[in-house]
Amino acid sequence: MIPLTIVAVVLLLLILSIIGIYNTLIRLRNQVDNAWSQIDVQLKRRHDLIPNLVETAKGYMQHERGTFEAITQARSQAMTAKTVSDASKAEGALGEALTKFMLVVENYPDLKANQNFLAVQEELSSTENKISFARQNYNDQVLFFNNKIQMFPSNIMAGAFGFARHDFFGLESAAEREVPKVSFS
Amino acid sequence: MWELIRANKRNSIILIVMMAACLLLLGFVIGLALFGTQGGFVGLMIATAVWLLLSLISFSSGDQILLAASKAQLVTHDVHPQLFNVLEEMKIAAALPAMPKIYIISDPAPNAFATGRSPESASVAVTAGLLARLNRDELQGVIAHEISHILHRDILFVTLAGVMLGSIVLLSQVFLRGMFYSSMGSRRRYSSGRGGGGYAQLIMLAIAIIAAILAPVMAYLLYFALSRRREYLADAGAARLTRYPEGLASALEKIANDPSPQLTAANKVTAPMYIVNPFKKKNAMKLSDLTSTHPPISERIRILRNMSTGASFKDYSDSYTAVTHHKTVMPASALTKEDIALRQAAAEAKKEQLQGKQMRQVGDIMRKVNGFLFLTCPCGLKMKVPPNYKGNKVACPRCTTILDLQSN
Repeated sequence: MIPLTIVAVVLLLLILSIIGIYNTLIRLRNQVDNAWSQIDVQLKRRHDLIPNLVETAKGYMQHERGTFEAITQARSQAMTAKTVSDASKAEGALGEALTKFMLVVENYPDLKANQNFLAVQEELSSTENKISFARQNYNDQVLFFNNKIQMFPSNIMAGAFGFARHDFFGLESAAEREVPKVSFS
Repeated sequence: MWELIRANKRNSIILIVMMAACLLLLGFVIGLALFGTQGGFVGLMIATAVWLLLSLISFSSGDQILLAASKAQLVTHDVHPQLFNVLEEMKIAAALPAMPKIYIISDPAPNAFATGRSPESASVAVTAGLLARLNRDELQGVIAHEISHILHRDILFVTLAGVMLGSIVLLSQVFLRGMFYSSMGSRRRYSSGRGGGGYAQLIMLAIAIIAAILAPVMAYLLYFALSRRREYLADAGAARLTRYPEGLASALEKIANDPSPQLTAANKVTAPMYIVNPFKKKNAMKLSDLTSTHPPISERIRILRNMSTGASFKDYSDSYTAVTHHKTVMPASALTKEDIALRQAAAEAKKEQLQGKQMRQVGDIMRKVNGFLFLTCPCGLKMKVPPNYKGNKVACPRCTTILDLQSN
């Protein structure tokens, strides 16, 4: 009778710990997904703000057709990107085009004093910050998740239930690395 | 991160239990003194009832009471886009479940605090003076500090401990005043004597008076000790969230050197909630270290500036040890090796400006909060129209052009 009870207790503990580990893994994976969607929201917002920016600046910058075209093109490429690595690359290019644009703006003091432009500029620079903070958070969550599924004993569960490692949201180019430093004033 | 929150929780529980013991003991002793040998339990009941009542009030609407007492006004994105954006950036960096509500306090003294029960229902309040003085990076540092308080569950702790402290102070005040007045009115009752029982009662009374004087002091010391620690932790959290300790350091420096008078809507119990102690020190003595709610600002700035290798909790802790020569302020379990690089300053136009212009900005921010309309006349004059202005048109006082209010 006693050995049977011991076996039952051990089994029960085992099942409980399996449930616990499984739930932890699910929670962490959901956190990673949620962090990714945060990046996605901000990238979309950046795409939405660019037509506004171009529209406000156009009247002041008649002779900078090339700069506007570069931005518009980079934007449409970023919007059609399918995979994470494509998106990463296209967003990098978009960031680069915006940096160039903001450098050109320095030559137009009238534009820099325009209230509408200043408002769009604040929104855009804040969106850039949000992208980099969302990425920061995403990478933290991915690190946490990846550590968990590689460490004993949760690695056994992760293997059995097919939890795969997630990739970090990488910096595709040196130009993309510069994005958080962009100056909008 | 999670280890830190857990350790914080444990410390809070210990502190709250100690304060609760203080409160119950005080109630027991007062009960014994007032109602004789059977009165201890009556005292306990009264103490518990006071605490329960205050807890209920503070849990249902404590943050609202505090914000209303500070004359803070809820604002939206349009009133101050930069403040709103900076808060949202920090909310994303900290992965808070919900966006905290933003309040602006109409006060020229630069300061800020966070309140609420949980990260889901938190509020952040900043003064108009803070907004007028700080640039974007500095504002980010301050907001990150407040978000860290929310993330570390400090806001709940301050509410709980504040209520406990409030109950102890209330009970001892009522008792002491009651004693004072009753002894004024009916001194003869005690002196007429009831034999030995009366004598024991008198001793009990003396003990109760001593307890009533000591208990609030003890509670204050406990409360302040933990709130100091939490300021360091929130600074570390801010550095980690922004990756830019210099922002908060420079903000603290500006706040410390600010000449404007102290914040009007702050008191001893709410003081630990602010980013910087709202009471200006008149005599900076060493003795005040024990009773001050905040670590010295100069020390906080030096620790932040000394972080040269990275922005993780470990880097802050190392810097803390290097500056103060004390052991770390953090639970060891939170000091896992994290590789977090510092970032560069956002190359924003420097917001250095004259005092006069700053004060005008404070006024403008408050007018915006209060629903004033801002008009710019073609002649260049800026007009601020109060919300209760009747009529659709207003004449420019300089060039007498008639301006339409509706078009703006």
